[in-house]
Amino acid sequence: MTKVTMTVNGKSVSKEVRGNMLMTEFLRDELHLTGTHVGCDTSQCGACNIHVNGETVKGCTIFAAECDGAEVGTIEGQANADGTLNVIQQAFQDHHGLQCGFCTPGMVMSAATLLKENPKPTEAEIRHYLEGNICRCTGYHNIVKAIMAASGQDVSTIAAE
Amino acid sequence: MYSFDVVRPKSVADAVAALGEEEAQALGGGQTLIPSLKQRLAMPSVLVSLAAIDEIKGVSSEGGGLTIGGGTTHATVAKDCAASYPALAAMAGNIGDPAVRNRGTIGGSLANNDPAACYPAAALASGATIVTNTREIAADDYFQGMFTTALEEGEIITAVKLPIPEKAAYIKFEQPASRFALVGVFVAKFTDGVRVAVTGASEEGVFRWTEAEAALSGDFSAAALEGLSVSADGLMTDLHGSAAYRAHLIGVLTKRAVAQA
Repeated sequence: MTKVTMTVNGKSVSKEVRGNMLMTEFLRDELHLTGTHVGCDTSQCGACNIHVNGETVKGCTIFAAECDGAEVGTIEGQANADGTLNVIQQAFQDHHGLQCGFCTPGMVMSAATLLKENPKPTEAEIRHYLEGNICRCTGYHNIVKAIMAASGQDVSTIAAE
Repeated sequence: MYSFDVVRPKSVADAVAALGEEEAQALGGGQTLIPSLKQRLAMPSVLVSLAAIDEIKGVSSEGGGLTIGGGTTHATVAKDCAASYPALAAMAGNIGDPAVRNRGTIGGSLANNDPAACYPAAALASGATIVTNTREIAADDYFQGMFTTALEEGEIITAVKLPIPEKAAYIKFEQPASRFALVGVFVAKFTDGVRVAVTGASEEGVFRWTEAEAALSGDFSAAALEGLSVSADGLMTDLHGSAAYRAHLIGVLTKRAVAQA
């Protein structure tokens, strides 16, 4: 067991963890932050995407021990301070960017770092960035549209396929 | 996963000491190792994470070449080498997906030497030098077959030195589910010749296509490759593509890489 201390959504947490404890297990089982989903558990689907020191990583492919001292962000920390949906979450709702919702936390976390790095991405850039986020419901189209809208770009010309 | 401890040394010297323990294994970004551990393909007693060692991170340039720390992520290479070595930056920016690129490292990829990984092709085509805690190894001597390298037990890649070619390009025919290379070809033109490295194709891992190098060294054009072909003998066959198909792709992708360089 190793003691880890990290900041999760702005709050400092300290816990004893096993060496082989993944961040997905740490967040879900130890902190009861179950918004970070485990989809494939093989580093493919991105449903577990979280932020570590401001970068998107797969929560299922990083150990809690590796995050000692890190600043961690999860979907639970994404809403505005008053509890309303942030601009990306609201855009997903407005543009029907989710159906079953299982992939959505990972999509929102990926979209957040995309827009931080590239505030006005093209449709192609959004699709390239989402290569590691798999959605089996939407066909991606409305997800791309929602991220375009969240970046303040006109989406009226994107066909509603 | 089996049970193990994780330690995070802050210096190469401490990491080397930690790797001296029985059944210790180095952990780079973990983007291959962690999925392998989940399948119980490895049973280390302790994982020595290299991610907290600042001295093996970052990109610097000197004398017409780049030195990339072994712990530098693909995302950093994609960003920091965009101006100095665009073909390398583009290659790094197309590995896996953004989350993988934020964790995976150049040293980890080269130490693993996956037969379908992108970095081995870049290192071999660039004529890179692999720098470890004990020595320097030329890329031509470093890659020794599928998942096999010249590294000794406990040896750590601290840096990779890459000469910058006059022209270069990497073309990957992507296996769309894994985003590894079904075949990938890196072409690099230097003043004294051309190097062509192929990944994803051979059962022996990355290799140089010397006939193409000779043809391109005289005439660096796609037309110079007309009539050249790679034998399917020793190439991989799997459900994604036959050896003959991979052999065909090598010719096509090399032409495309030359055209793009």
